[in-house]
Order: sequence, then C-alpha cells, then structure tokens
Amino acid sequence: MNPSDHPPAVFTSFWNDTGKTGITSWIFSTDHKRIGLLYFWSVLGFFLTAVLLGLLLRIELMAPGRTIMGPETYNALFTVHGAIMVFLFIIPGFPGAFGNLVMPIQIGARDVSFPRLNLFSWWLYMMGAAVIIISLFTGGGPPDTGWTFYVPFSARTGTNVSLAVFGVFIVGFSSIVTGVNFVTTIHRLRAPGMSWDRLPLFVWSLYATAWVQILATPILGITLVLIIAERVLGVGLFDPMKGGDPVMYQHLFWIYSHPAVYIMILPAMGVISEIIPVFSRKPVFGYKMIAFSSIAIAAAGSLVWGHHMFTSGMSDRAILVFSFLTFVVAIPSAIKVFNWVSTLYRGSISLEAPMLYALSFILLFSIGGLTGLILGAAATDIHVHDTHFVVGHFHYVIFGGSGFALFGAMHYWLPKFYGRRYAEKPALIAWGLMFVGFNITYFSMMVLGMKGMPRRYYDYLPEFAPLNLVSTVGSWILAVGLVLMLVNLIRGLRKGEPVGNNPWGGATLEWTIPSPPPTENFPEEPVVTHGPYDFSKAGTP
Amino acid sequence: MSHPEHKDYAGAKLGMWLFLFTEIILFGGLFILYAVYLHRYPREFTTGGHELNLPYGAINTMVLLTSSLMVAMAVTAIQQGRRLLTLRLLGGTILCAVIFMGIKYVEWSAKIHHGIYPGSPRLAAGPPGESVFFGLYYLSTGLHGLHVLIGGSVLAWIGVKVRRGVVTGDDFVLLENGALYWHLVDLIWIFIFPLYYLML
Repeated sequence: MNPSDHPPAVFTSFWNDTGKTGITSWIFSTDHKRIGLLYFWSVLGFFLTAVLLGLLLRIELMAPGRTIMGPETYNALFTVHGAIMVFLFIIPGFPGAFGNLVMPIQIGARDVSFPRLNLFSWWLYMMGAAVIIISLFTGGGPPDTGWTFYVPFSARTGTNVSLAVFGVFIVGFSSIVTGVNFVTTIHRLRAPGMSWDRLPLFVWSLYATAWVQILATPILGITLVLIIAERVLGVGLFDPMKGGDPVMYQHLFWIYSHPAVYIMILPAMGVISEIIPVFSRKPVFGYKMIAFSSIAIAAAGSLVWGHHMFTSGMSDRAILVFSFLTFVVAIPSAIKVFNWVSTLYRGSISLEAPMLYALSFILLFSIGGLTGLILGAAATDIHVHDTHFVVGHFHYVIFGGSGFALFGAMHYWLPKFYGRRYAEKPALIAWGLMFVGFNITYFSMMVLGMKGMPRRYYDYLPEFAPLNLVSTVGSWILAVGLVLMLVNLIRGLRKGEPVGNNPWGGATLEWTIPSPPPTENFPEEPVVTHGPYDFSKAGTP
Repeated sequence: MSHPEHKDYAGAKLGMWLFLFTEIILFGGLFILYAVYLHRYPREFTTGGHELNLPYGAINTMVLLTSSLMVAMAVTAIQQGRRLLTLRLLGGTILCAVIFMGIKYVEWSAKIHHGIYPGSPRLAAGPPGESVFFGLYYLSTGLHGLHVLIGGSVLAWIGVKVRRGVVTGDDFVLLENGALYWHLVDLIWIFIFPLYYLML
C-alpha cells in the first residue's frame, strides 16, 4: 500500500494527492476511493479470520467424536464464523468496498452525495466490529446461539449475546447509511448523458441493493433491540411463559435476514453482468431485463422470509403462499442467468481470471439457486430442513456465488486502483484449486444432508464419516487456492506490471480515466455519449 | 477539496427522507408485534389499555403537535431571514420536548409505582396477554422517548448553528432536515397514541 511504488504520472493520483501521508490520510479521508479501500482491506481481514474458523470447524468434523475441540467451543466457533461472514464480510463487502470504489466513477461523479457520511459508515462498521470482538472475550464468552440468535436460547444462554447483538446493531446502522448514500448518489450525481438506460448494470444492482439495505435493515435493528430487552429487562415478548411467541422472533429476524441474502447476491450479479460482456467482447444481452430483474429480485425477495420457517409452526396456507413466492424469485434470477449465457453465445471469449470467476459464478450460483428451490418447496424442505444440505446450499449461493464474484471483482477492478496487475498464470491455478476444492467441500455437505446429517451438531453417526473426511480435505484445497490467489493478487498490486487506462477493453467510464484514478476522478465532468457495453466506443465517455 | 455538488439541496432532502423511512420501519417491527398480539389477546389488551392515563396521553399529543407547528414555523422564519424568531421557535420546540419527557416521566413513575413494569411480580401473576401489552407499551413509548431526546438534541445543535450564522436564510437545509426528523417523532406518536390509549 505504499504510494511511492506507483509510476510517476502527469496527473495526481488519489494515492498521493493530499500531501499528508500515514494512517490519518486514510481513516479520516472522505474520498470514496480511499474509503472503498479501507472497507476492502477491513472486510478482507474479517473474511480471512472467519475462513480460519471455518477450517477449524471442518477439522473438528473430520471424524466422529472429539477431534480438536469440545462441544462448547464448537458452538461458539460456528456462531462466530457465521456472524463474521454475514455481518462483517459479505453484507458490507460489495457496497462498502467495490460500490464505493467503482460506483461514483461509473456514473461520472466526483464522489458520493454525502462523503462525510460515507466515512462515518466505515467508522460505524469498525466500531460495530470492535464491539463484536470485545463480546468474544468478555462476559460469558463468545455467543453460542448460531448467527441467527434464535430465542428462547439466545434469551437464556449465559454467553455474551447482548454485547454481540449490540455490535451487529451498529454494523446494521452502517449498512443503512451506505444504502441512503448510494440511492441519493445514483439519483442525483449522474453525469450529463448518463441516463437510466446507460447506467452500468453493476450500478443498477447496487441501486436495488441499497433499497434493500434501507427497507430491511431497520427490522433487524428492532429485532436485535428486542433480544437485548428480553435479556436485560425480561420483557417476555418472545417468552411463552409471559404470553410471548418465539415464532414471532423468527418472523422478525427473517423479514430482514432473507432480504439480506439479496444484499449479498445482487451486487455480485452486477459484477458478473460487467465482466461477462467485457470478456466476451459483445454487448450484454437483454440489458433492460437484467436491470429490471435486479429490482424484481429485491422486491419479490422481501416477501419470501417464511420459507425459513416451514418447520417452525405456520399455517399450511402461509406455507403455500411463502413457497409460491419463493418460486417467483427464481424467475428474475433465471432471467439473469439466461441473459449471461446469451451474452456468451458467439462472443469472442477470453478466459482470463475475472472471466473464470464469472463463469464459475454462473455454474455455482445455479446449483445454489436450484437447491434453494428444493428448500423452498415445503414437501422437500421438511426432510432436509436444518441438515447439512442447507449448509451446502447457502455456501453455494453465498461463497460460490457472492464470494467468487467478489474474487472476480478483485481481479477485474483492483488493478484500476493500484495501477498494477497480478500475474495471470498463478491466478488461473488459484482459481482452479478453489473451484475444485469448493465443490468437494460443499457438494459433500449436500449429500450428507440428504442422507440425514443435521447441521450445527458436534458429533455424528459413523456412516457419515467418509464424506465428512472428503469435505474436510476439500476445504484444505480451497484454502490453498485462496492463499495462492491472495498472494498473487497482492504481490501483483505492489510490484506487478503497470496497467494502462483500459487493460480489459471495457466501455464503462472507469476505463476512460488513468489507473490509479486522480482524486477527482475526471479532469472535467464527462458527457456520456454511449451505453456501458458499446465496445466500439470503448475508452471514450 | 471543493465539491460544489455537495450543496445539492434536493439530494440532502432525498437522503433525509430515505433515512426517515428506516425510522418508520424500525417502529414498524413493534407495530407488527402489536397487531399480532392484539389479535391473540384482545381482552387483555383492552384491560391494559384502560389502565393507561388518557389525559396524560392527550396532553402529550397536544404538546407534540404544537412543537411540530413551531418547528415548521422556524423553517419559514429562517427562509425569511428572521434569525431571532427562528431561535425562539426552536426554543419553543425544545421546551415542548422537555414537557413531553416530563409528563412521560410522571406517567411511567406512576405505572412502576403500581407494580406495572417488565418482569414485575404483578404482571407475572396476571394473565400473559397483559404482560405482553405492557411490555410493548414500555418498548414503544421508550423507543419513542429516546427519539424525542435525540430530536431535541439535534434541534438544539442546529439552534447553535443558527445563532452562529452557519445556518441562514440562504443555507437552511440542515434546519429543514432537522425539522423533518422532528415531524417523524411527532408522526410516530400520532400512531402510538390511538393504538395504546384510544382504540382499546
């Protein structure tokens, strides 16, 4: 991250503009690019922490009985693994890191609408994260409830749930602030000529995501407040002894947490919609339908939360409605997949690292999405609910989908902001290792779940042992690939070959300016004259 | 760095409106619980509602409506460049907030004195629905009271800016947004009051 590593240039890049150096020029900067990188590196740090916890969980499950830890530690580890991955990695990952880095440039703006609020959102994120970390080492120790904090256990366990939940509350507030900022920015700061039908699809996906952040996160906020109220005041709103209903907790929790899945996946789909046309050298197929399907997913996805609760006690009619709506969400998701595949058709495809991640996204997300329908249909869900099938399914969507899209985005966009690129060959090997390791790890879990192995159990029957061993070995291959990818990427950003304005031949605005971009992005406000995938005019606004 | 587009008034107000949505949805969670539990315990909710002090609730409604009027007048006053009037109206708004919290304090104290508070022996001995009613009552009015405190503090902070001449007739979006927030505090109460005090 040393600015002097960059080649001297005629413009002032955002790396060495302020004259100030050191950490204060970063943590108090209101530049969207610096905030984006702050987010990126913090998010990556939490991701690696949670990866480590995940690897430990897999080692514990490698063989039946105790392997490396006791049951209490195991409960704490899967809780913390899930909470960090969801709240500190993948929810802030896209909007906070790549949304901040790329979105203002893609719409031709100098910054977001509220730059100071933008910095504040990162501070909130870090404060929330700090509170969560403190909760692990104080009071009754790390929470052991699972990341869903279900009552009655979360209201009664002696572990430090209240503080952890308060930390998540703060992180949620940070997410709201980002959402408000992005909706306002996309409405108000588009450059002349950047009409809604010229908006890059990544921006469309962030726009849909921002609405979900605004409309869903407050419900999480009040739900977390209610957990604290249960624990501290004993209000009893979820306690049957006092007339409350624990199922109401689950409703409130999933009213947020299902739409939150779309906070994680929508911007990932936006990344894929950017990468695929660029590496197929062909305008995206069905631009309007991809843009519309982002909004449709955000809207329909807000009405399907009940499919997490088919076994919790709901009327059959409610199950029918939630099941139907869940199938409805599959339609806009499929629209996207078909449009990406149609974009590939007769394209001049170049298989570089970002494209490999995008292509594997299509496959892994499709597996994750279709297994989601198995869970969305009540008849099959009853059998596989709370089994390893669910664990396999959502890792296909969130890791195979969002995670791989994030890795694709890192290879696609980070060279723009560092001015240097990674080496291609190690990037391909790393991708191959991760792709193979990923499928071994999580496909085994889905098979285990089908055979009846529950999730979140410390021990299991001997007949589950072989596939658990396979899954754990797969997690090691995945980890090796991940390390190789990061080493190659980071070394490339520091010492790799310099890149010009437009290493990939993209037609969106970020490729018309130098790499790394100057502080104010554009020497003068650009006037946009063509669509985001009009490659005949790539390199001009 | 100068960013002229950050003086984007429409943008600033759009952002504020979006934030207000999030506040409404925050309270929305409690209103959902109210609806579900009212459906389940209609009798206990009626008994509980009759135990609330209607005059206190009604006076507080008047106080908040008056405060909303004054803060709206403050926005008009600053647009006309009448700084002293703006400050007086803001002071009146904050005074209303203090009166509201004072009445709330008296009301809560009386309830707690009668043994009605979350987890109290009296509620534990009564029917479960009543405990849920008062649990929701305390959480809703408590969260609303917290918003009164926040709103009052924000208006006081904006008042200082008006005094210093930072917020003026040419640059008053901060006051306008503060007033919007205060209207939200009022709006939430306009729903809490009938749900808990009137309709049961």
